[in-house]
Parts: sequence; structure tokens; C-alpha cells
Amino acid sequence: MSTPVTRDLVTEIIENQPVFDVAHSSRTLAWEQFKKLGLPSAKHEEYRFTPITRHLEKNFSWTSGNPESTLSSISEFLIPQLDANVIVLVNGRFNALHSKIVSLESEVTITTLSEAFRKEHPAVKEYFNKNLNTETDAFAALNTAGWHEGVFIHVQENTAVSKPIFILQVNDGSQSPVISQTRILGVLEKGSNISIIEKSDSTGNQTAFHNFAEEWIIKENAHLEYCKIQNDTGKVCQVSNSVIHQASNSKLNTFTLTLDGQLIRNNLHILIDGENCESHFYGLYLLAGSTHADNHTVVDHRKPNSFSNEMYKGIMDGNSKGVFNGKIYVRPHAQKTNAFQSNRNIIVSDTATVNTKPQLEIWADDVKCSHGCTSGQLDEEALFYLRSRGISETNAKAMLLYAFAAEVLEPIQNETLKAYLDNLIAERLHKNF
Amino acid sequence: MSKSNQVLEEITSKEYEHGWTVNLETEEAPKGLNEDIVRFISSKKNEPEWLLEWRLKAFRQWQKMVEPKWPNVTYPAINYQDIIYYSAPKQKVKPNSLDEVDPELIKTFEKLGISLTEQKRLTGVAVDAVIDSVSVATTFKEKLSELGIIFCSFSEAVKEHPELVKKYLGSVVPMNDNYFAALNSAVFSDGSFCYIPKGVRCPMELSTYFRINAANTGQFERTLIVADEGSYVSYLEGCTAPMRDENQLHAAVVELYTMKGAEIKYSTVQNWYPGDKNGKGGIYNFVTKRGLCAGDHSKISWTQVETGSAITWKYPSCVLKGDYSVGEFYSVAVTNNYQQADTGTKMIHIGKNTRSRIVSKGISAGKSQNSYRGQVHIMKRAANARNHSQCDSLLMGDQCGAHTFPYIDVENNSARIEHEATTSKIGEDQIFYCLQRGIDEEAAVALIVNGYAKEVLNQLPMEFAVEAQKLLALTLEGSVG
Repeated sequence: MSTPVTRDLVTEIIENQPVFDVAHSSRTLAWEQFKKLGLPSAKHEEYRFTPITRHLEKNFSWTSGNPESTLSSISEFLIPQLDANVIVLVNGRFNALHSKIVSLESEVTITTLSEAFRKEHPAVKEYFNKNLNTETDAFAALNTAGWHEGVFIHVQENTAVSKPIFILQVNDGSQSPVISQTRILGVLEKGSNISIIEKSDSTGNQTAFHNFAEEWIIKENAHLEYCKIQNDTGKVCQVSNSVIHQASNSKLNTFTLTLDGQLIRNNLHILIDGENCESHFYGLYLLAGSTHADNHTVVDHRKPNSFSNEMYKGIMDGNSKGVFNGKIYVRPHAQKTNAFQSNRNIIVSDTATVNTKPQLEIWADDVKCSHGCTSGQLDEEALFYLRSRGISETNAKAMLLYAFAAEVLEPIQNETLKAYLDNLIAERLHKNF
Repeated sequence: MSKSNQVLEEITSKEYEHGWTVNLETEEAPKGLNEDIVRFISSKKNEPEWLLEWRLKAFRQWQKMVEPKWPNVTYPAINYQDIIYYSAPKQKVKPNSLDEVDPELIKTFEKLGISLTEQKRLTGVAVDAVIDSVSVATTFKEKLSELGIIFCSFSEAVKEHPELVKKYLGSVVPMNDNYFAALNSAVFSDGSFCYIPKGVRCPMELSTYFRINAANTGQFERTLIVADEGSYVSYLEGCTAPMRDENQLHAAVVELYTMKGAEIKYSTVQNWYPGDKNGKGGIYNFVTKRGLCAGDHSKISWTQVETGSAITWKYPSCVLKGDYSVGEFYSVAVTNNYQQADTGTKMIHIGKNTRSRIVSKGISAGKSQNSYRGQVHIMKRAANARNHSQCDSLLMGDQCGAHTFPYIDVENNSARIEHEATTSKIGEDQIFYCLQRGIDEEAAVALIVNGYAKEVLNQLPMEFAVEAQKLLALTLEGSVG
């Protein structure tokens, strides 16, 4: 489906806003913010390499909304043998049939976000929409104004939740085009520990636009492991806004794997608002076809004595386009900060491109910060070494690409998850040895 | 580090050395900017019709453009109608030799330590001196012309070599390239022109010295260097300005054009008045510098030591069009007090097997903000392009900022791009190591900063390296040897 590019998409979005029964005040405010922001133009510095507005104007009509799905089985999207709490959202609706909660209520509260609003959970009141940048990002504002459903997770003080939470979001475009907006709010109380796996998938031949936003609050001494897997079809456009707030002595490990989709934009924003924090964030984008993946990360050091380490790697094949922007802010007084960032890219085909912009902005003097980024091809000598040992060129290349990519998986703790991801990557890189 | 902090605090008391003015009689255009001013400048310079047309075209384009807002600097809006666009030391007739030049002028340059008198041949540098907006004297002209090298003021070149000027003016920086380049194209008053013929290796360093002297004026000069096939030239540029409470605008354009196998080495020691310790006054240095490697195997190398200006906004770039062409950029940018610098480079790889190298060292002290902004763009056709970039920042003091904005855009899969950047302060372990070996704290800081900037300073020609080291010492007085 295609509509003329000249129409005003913002007006269309505003005219088609659905009616909601929860979170009225934050929605009203966000609508105003969205109206003021509009959608980012091609000249917007943050969206310079990702012409998302043009893409949406060309491919989406806001009248479609999020239709009911008749999806009967979700087994193909699950991670085999993963022992976890499962929450399933299909087309932005909670799917009770496929969801199952196994952890105890005394450890962790897992509900839909609208129910948490209805029950007036104190954590929702305190933290919902507290850190999301709705004033500057149009998609964050749009999500806050119009989210359909979401997940609320609240981990009790000094509790280590033994089983991970698997959040599966499926967009079913088998009947009609889908526009879904979902939201997660997660609060980790002091000294708690949890692992989250968030996966997005899609099915069907129709287009889908998934506007996702999440907020995580990690309190003192708490620890969050977070893994995001984006495995959509080539018909899906996804925007994901993640804001993670860290208090003193907390620890964060995030991993983002982008495989498919038409246009993917990830905004990962980490606020280090306490001392002695540790954040590791890893990313891997394996792109082919005409996938366009854009990772924007920000780590904002607001307090002294913290450590952040970022590593994003990409392999671009076909006509794909990889975009990376990594910002490190070190605010005044955030002394003794150590921040590292690295972005490495391999371009496999003649027609793939990469645009990368690492960025350091530092206002404190007693810091150690560095970034490095590279773009190139496979090392000729390494290839020759393998070839001289009787390995075919295809296999040798696959082997080197796999080695390049798999490094990013190293820090993942959960063995089942790690094996699953390892398998996904190997399959993608045609490793058959 | 307590002592070096103390020393750093003392820097602020250091006054700008070149802050004096000379009472030169000047001829000025009225304040403001309109088509009449452009015509006035053109007629003052007895310019041919085509150049006036060119200026007017640029002026009309400028009127349609808006001032760029993206650099990481803040300053009050500039009132373009409150600037004098033409100011020239009064001279009744064009001097034929240095004896006829106003002795006040000669004194001015002697004060700056620049020899305009050819007796001082030992210095071996040919100088073209630009005061306010006009070139006042060019030395060693005859010796250079024996080799066929043309080195003269821009207005002279317009009169004597119109075919060359017409061909290359605006060929690297188009008149509508950006806001300040367009402004410059409309109102530029003078500058230097240099042409190196085929196969000639210029035997001496060529140099331009810029000085803003009059109050309320802007300086808009234009430099054009053309290196014909297989030639080589090393070019130096220096600048100073008096201390004034108001901000003065300097918007220059430098164009370099290299043909097959030619090489241009362009070095700048920029020491415009940076404003006082409270950030009052100083020069706005908004400069467009670009080199085009038009021929195969050509090379352009930029070296800059930036210590002055209240605000610097400058990106010497290389367009690597010829196959196997090479672009280099070496920079040390030092900011102190309330100075702001947003500087870096652009390397545009168009030809095959092109190589570029970027080394940028930023030092920020006081309450200054120092940004590196650079782009490495590998075009589709640029097979086997190679780039290495390194940008390091050194922070001295807890109220300054260091920022890096590198853009890396790759459209060819055989390109190899590396970029690395670090930000840190002088390590306590480094100081400790020196102390252990009997080097006192002040000398240790000096040692480390000099070592830090050495990679760039080494690129400077001898005569300039000395000046640059002195400048570094001046800007960071006390902490540098």
C-alpha cells in the first residue's frame, strides 16, 4: 500500500488517536509535546542518516491501527528450552493464552501496564515516564501519548529472581497492516537481580510499524541483565526508545542483536546517576537485503567514579545500511569516570554502506575516555592462512565473520540464551563447518 | 598535581603579547553591507568587470543564506551591518620598493618580528604581509619570479594574471559553499596568490602574515595557491590582532589546487587576540579552507597550531579527487579562559587508492570549550581508500570541556577506516614517574604537554616550529616549558 508523500502524517496521526482508559494525564501532555515536535525531518541531526519520516509517509496509513490477530501458535518465535516467565504481546495487545508467569509474587510483580495503572501501583505513579525524553524525541512522545499495552515489572528488595522474564512482541500482518505501540516499565528495588529477554518478531505480508518504548529503574546495588533480539521481517519498521536509570553501585549488562526488518531505529539511553556504577552495553547488527539499522546510544555520566564500556559490531551485506552514533557525556563533577566505546564494521558487499559517528562530550578533567571505530573488509592475511590449510573461500570467510560477531556474545550469562543466539548468528553467516 | 593547578591559575594573568595598535592612517568604507559596498570595494581595487559580477553574485547568494547554527560554540548574534568591510592603510601610490612603504608599517612588522626588509635574507622566508584587509608588501618577489613562481597580493594577481585567477577562483570553495565563504566572496579585499609552475620546487617557504589593526573592521582575505604538475611549495600563515573590547570578525577563504604529482604543505600558526580572561573581546575566526587534489599522486598537507581567537570555526579539508592522492591534517588546538574552538577536518575520498591521515590534539584549560569535528567520507568509486584518524584531548582544569564529533561515512567496501580518540588529563602516574627521576612538577607538565603535541609540531617548518612552541608556552604559561 502506498499513499502520496505530500500528505501531512502528523495531522493524520492526531486525527486517528484512539481513546484510552488509563494514564490520561501523561498522555495529554505527551500529545502536546508530539504536536510541537512533529516528526523528525531529513535534516534533523539525530535522524540525518535515517529518513524515517519519509519512510513512514510512503508506507503507512495511520487509519489501520492495531487489528486483532488470529495467530494460533507462537512456538516458532520462542527460545527452545528456555525456562522463563513468558509474556506475549501480539499487535500491541496482551495475549493471556500464550503467556505464563512462574515466578512468585513475593519475588517479582509481572503484570500488564494498564492493570498496574488500574491498581495504582506506587512504583508506576513514581517512575512512569520519568526519564523518557518525550520533550526531544517525537517517537517517545508519540508512544507516551498512544501506547496500547505494555508490561510492568517490579522486583522486590534484595531478591534475585531465578528465572528470566521473556517478553515476546509479535506483529501479525497476515490480515491487514499493523501499527502497534507498546511500553515497558521495569523497577528493580535495592539489591535485586533479574534477567530480561525481549524479542520482537513478525509474521504476514502486510506492513507493520512498531513504536516501542521502555524505562528501567535500577536502584542501589541492583543488577539488570538485558537482552534485546530484533528479528522482524522485511516489512517491519521499528523504533525502540530505551532509557535505563542507574543508582549507586548498580550494574547493567545489555545486549542488542539486530537481524532483520526494513528500518530499525534503536535509541538506548543510559543515565548513570550514582557512584561506582558499572554499565556494559554490547550490540551486534547482522544486516542483509535492504535492511536499514540505526543504533543511537547515549551514556550520560552524571556522578563520579563510574565505569561504562560499549562495544557495537556490524556486518553489512546486500544493500543494507548500518548507522551508529554513540555519545558519551561526562558532566561536570563526574570525576574519575572511565568510559570506553568501540564500533567496528565489516562491509561484505559492494552496495552496503555504513555511517558511524562516535561522539565524546566531556566537561570534567579527571577522566579516562576513549572511543575507537573501524570499517573495513576481512583481513587478507587471515583469509590466506585459512585457505592455505585447505578451507574453501566461502567457509573461511564465514569462519572469520563468525569469530568477529561471536565476540559480542561472550558476556551473556544465561547458557540457553547464549546457545540460541550463537545458533542464530551461525545460521545467518552460513557457517557450515 | 596541586602545583600544576596553581600554575594553571596563573596563566590567566598573562596578557596577550601582540595586543598593541599602531596609528596607521587608514582609508575605510562606511559601516554596513549592501551592493554599493561591494561595488565600492571593487572599484577601490580597480577590478575588472567579471570580478565585480562574481562578487555581486556571491553577495546575492549570501543574502539568501542563514548563519550556520550547528557548531558547538555560542556567541551573541553578529550584526553584519555594524562592520566596516574595507579598511586599508592609506598609501598615495602603490610602492615600487620597500623604501617607499610607510615607515610606520615597516615598524609594525618589525614589532611582530617579521622581516620585510630583504637584507635579512638569512631568514629565507618570502613574506606577503596583509594589514587589515590589504596586502602591503611582498618580499623576495624577484628571486621567485626567476623560477617562474608567481607570489603576489591577490589584487596584483587580478591585474597581472587574470587568466589564472579567473580559472581557479572559486574552483575549490564555490562562492555559495557556506555562509561565511559567500560573505568572503562578496567582500574580500585582498589576500595572497601563488602559482608554482610545472616541475618547480619552491626553494623557500612562502608566508603570509595577517594583522587586523583598525577598530570595528572585519578582515576578509582570500588565499589561492595553485601547484602545477610535479611542483612543490610549503606555505606558512600567521596572524595577530590588537586587544579590543569588541569582537572582530575574520572570515577568510583559502583554496589550494594541486595538479598531477604536485604537493602543497600549508602551515598555520593562528594567534588572533583571544579576548581577555573574562572572555571579553577577541576575534571570531570563521574560516573556510579547502584543498583539491585534482591530479593523480598529488598531496595536500594541512598543519595548524591554533592558540588564539575567541571563537574558532575552521575545518581545513582535502578533496581527494585524483587517484593515489594523499591528504593530511595535523592540528594542535589550545583553548584557555573563555575561548571556544570547533575545529577539525574533512577528507573526501573520491579517487581510487587515496589515503588520508588525521592527527588532532586538543588542549583545553580554564573555562574553554574545545571540539573536534571531522568527516571522513569514502565515495562509492574510492576503491582501496585508507584513512587513519586520531584525536586526543587533554583537559587541564575542571571547568573546561573537550568534545569530539567524528563522522565516518563509507560507501565502498574495500576502504579501511580507523578512528580513535581519547580524553584524559595528565596522569598522576606520568607526573610521578618524572618526579622520581628528579624532574620537578612544572618541568614534568611541560615535558608531557610538549610530548603530547610533538607529533604535530614536528610537521611544522623550522621557522614556525619555534614560534609555535613559544605560542604553546604563552597560552599555557607556567605549565609548558
